[in-house]
Amino acid sequence: MSPLALAFVIAALALIGWITGRARAARFRRGTTRRFSSLPQHHGWFVAMGTLLPALLFLTVWHLTSPALVTEAVLATPGAANLPPPGLDRAAILAEARNLAAGHAFGAFHALSEQLAPVYAAAQARYDWIATAVALLLAFVGGALSFLRVRPGFSARTHVERVIMGALLGASLIAIVTTIGIIVSLLFESARFFRVVPLTDFLLGTHWSPQVIDPRDPGASLGAVPLFWGTFFIGAVIAMAVAIPFGLMSAIYLTQYARPATRRWVKPMLEILAGVPTVVYGYFAALTVAPAVRDLGVALGVSWASSESALAAGAVMGVMIIPFVSSMADDSLSAVPAAMRDGSLAMGATSSETIRQVLLPAALPGVVGGVLLAVSRAVGETMIVVMAASGVATLTLNPFASATTVTKQIVDLLTGEAAFDSAKTLAAFALGLTLFVITLLLNIVALIVVRRYREAYE
Amino acid sequence: MSGTLVPEAPVRAAVPVERRPTDWRTASMQRRVRQRYAAERRFRLLGLAAVVASAAFLLFLLASMLARGAGGFVETRVALPLDLARAGLNVTPAQLRGPRADLALAGAGLEAAVDTAAEAAFARGGGAALLSDAAWLRVREAVKRDPSLLGRRVTIDVPVASRLDIAFKGGGTRADRAVARSLAPRLSRGLNRDFFRGADSTDPTRAGIWGALKGSLLTMVVTLLLAFPIGVLSALYLEEYAPRNRWTDLIEVSINNLAAVPSIIFGLLGLAVFLGTFHMPRSAALVGGLTLALMTTPVIVIAARNAIGAVPPSIRDAARALGASPVQVVFHHVLPLALPGILTGTIIGMARALGETAPLLMIGMRAFIAAPPERLTDPATVLPVQIFLWSDDVQAGFVEKTSAAIIVLLVFLLAMNGLAIYLRNRFETRW
Repeated sequence: MSPLALAFVIAALALIGWITGRARAARFRRGTTRRFSSLPQHHGWFVAMGTLLPALLFLTVWHLTSPALVTEAVLATPGAANLPPPGLDRAAILAEARNLAAGHAFGAFHALSEQLAPVYAAAQARYDWIATAVALLLAFVGGALSFLRVRPGFSARTHVERVIMGALLGASLIAIVTTIGIIVSLLFESARFFRVVPLTDFLLGTHWSPQVIDPRDPGASLGAVPLFWGTFFIGAVIAMAVAIPFGLMSAIYLTQYARPATRRWVKPMLEILAGVPTVVYGYFAALTVAPAVRDLGVALGVSWASSESALAAGAVMGVMIIPFVSSMADDSLSAVPAAMRDGSLAMGATSSETIRQVLLPAALPGVVGGVLLAVSRAVGETMIVVMAASGVATLTLNPFASATTVTKQIVDLLTGEAAFDSAKTLAAFALGLTLFVITLLLNIVALIVVRRYREAYE
Repeated sequence: MSGTLVPEAPVRAAVPVERRPTDWRTASMQRRVRQRYAAERRFRLLGLAAVVASAAFLLFLLASMLARGAGGFVETRVALPLDLARAGLNVTPAQLRGPRADLALAGAGLEAAVDTAAEAAFARGGGAALLSDAAWLRVREAVKRDPSLLGRRVTIDVPVASRLDIAFKGGGTRADRAVARSLAPRLSRGLNRDFFRGADSTDPTRAGIWGALKGSLLTMVVTLLLAFPIGVLSALYLEEYAPRNRWTDLIEVSINNLAAVPSIIFGLLGLAVFLGTFHMPRSAALVGGLTLALMTTPVIVIAARNAIGAVPPSIRDAARALGASPVQVVFHHVLPLALPGILTGTIIGMARALGETAPLLMIGMRAFIAAPPERLTDPATVLPVQIFLWSDDVQAGFVEKTSAAIIVLLVFLLAMNGLAIYLRNRFETRW
């Protein structure tokens, strides 16, 4: 039976369970004035869960274990005696046979896998039948047992609600599991990387050229300082030089000067600017902004201005961040108590003097927190730099020169043709770990700053 | 602060200072006021300039995409005279009326016949090289629709090669434009239907976005099915049931942190866990959806918590007073009231996931995929990745395809955001 059909049959059994359980409960409630702890539908849900949960649990466990069982069964057949000893070849032949049996592949590279494919298909079919039978049996027995428990004194609601609470708790644990997954996978792959390349070489080395890695001294060409500098230069200097003035001034204009009608139009527009996908910004940066920046550089006398300059990527990234800075500044400006503003205006200060000398200093911690969050975003931004920045790692202060970033290098390292556990791909995970730690620190500091500031005015 | 510990400051003797009101009419005072007002105006203009500059950038971005992408929806066709009766095709009209018409056409030698006809018709312009790879497919469609064409001389509009297409739209090299001018009477424009039906191709005139769009849809379905229930359930738990303790704090911190983790990190996670550990198929919509679901869930949790927190406690108290259990309070009363807000947040989160590129590059969705995916485990690509791939292509014909694909993506995103804003305005309740 196909998985979809099995799912339908089990769901149908659960539906039958729901209907019968509900009907049974409704019958014993009829004609009495007794008060029950559970509604008929609670009994229905109880039977449905009794049908569904054991079968689903079994299928999950089965799905994780059965591929190994099927392979064991195939290896036990006489045809498997010709297989090469355990290793890459053997795994490749088995994988090919598995694909042939499942119908994913049509031609075979190894002759042996073509022989093994029918064996595989037979074993798979046998185990599938076992799984189907057991799952259906479990669903039926579970449903029947729960149906028998539906009695007047039985509190089905308690049981159903306990399952619901379990599901709620389980759902919120997924966030922790994801975080742990990120940390463990990054740490695990990075540890393998640092076994080959010393940590000091990676963090302090100033030469980055992963295209040619000397196997005797891989650390010599994997020094990440130029990447850190490029990331900082593009994300924290150039992008912020664009985003902070524009974002802050738009927030000031919108909160202090603009009429409500203007605000109603401009705020959604800024939201649209924030909603444009980064790949669009990247395309725009590469096709329109970068050539213009190079021409500008040439006009200014920088004859070697790069067409993949740090300025082009950084400026477009800054535009992307404007709405973010603007909304953070908006929040912190409106958090300043009105009394401070009114006091300043009452003393005869003009609006701009009030803003510059009263509101901004009071809102500064919030604005700084917002800017730190914006930097963390810019540092983690990928597509703009992938499409508009250069792949060559240089230590430069010239915005017309090419610069590269951590995210750009991660993409370059992982989209090549290297094997999964070469020094190159592992270096991507080490860079990912660095990026994760840096953005985490920025976020934590920003949140602390923002929280302290909020408390000051509450 | 008591006066006994801190010595009191000696009280100054009140010196009678003569304070006259400021005379605002003096020249220096007038100048000062003028300067202050000028500064005020400057500051205000600066603010306005910042807003206008942001708006101008958005308009410029959209306008340049529209200007460049509009051509991607239009194809150039050339009228190709064909004498199908004498082309030596080994197919008869009778065969085409039967059920095996496709098979008969496949072996009929139409492609060669079209090439020959083009060589004869455009001997001076460049022959068959002027036609798109898809030209003979158009002839095949025409013949299939009307088998009687096989016995006649006909003229069929077929798409031209990318070079000529660009030249006819006003770009390309001077030589190409000269060819376009010489052929101008036989050239025409039409809606490029292949762009909406096809998948990726090495020939820009054949490349379409349906494959990427379908991949995006499949990916979004997986993301929505996972992220929405998980996000809503955990928001309900955190907002309504969770005890205040260290574990709850840990969950909250990790959700807030996950919402700020760079998307490429989720790609690394997907690569290491889904591909590396669980050996799921590379570039599949399933893996893309899983990865994006991990990324979108925290966004939905945060939006849902805000919406749930906005439901006033009186609703809960009233339900509880009538005997509802904690689960009934939440699922019968709080959740329905919070649903519009939750949906708004979900749509915005999904829009972000739809435009996401970097994590999908990590799990291998950047492969060249020439057929739309049929199943969740088929190799697929998504719209933003297709844009990235086309933008990388050296062929000039892909420039307008990239911009056209961007227009399609932006239309989807604007529609989703518009729906979110509509939901917010229509159903939002101020308690």
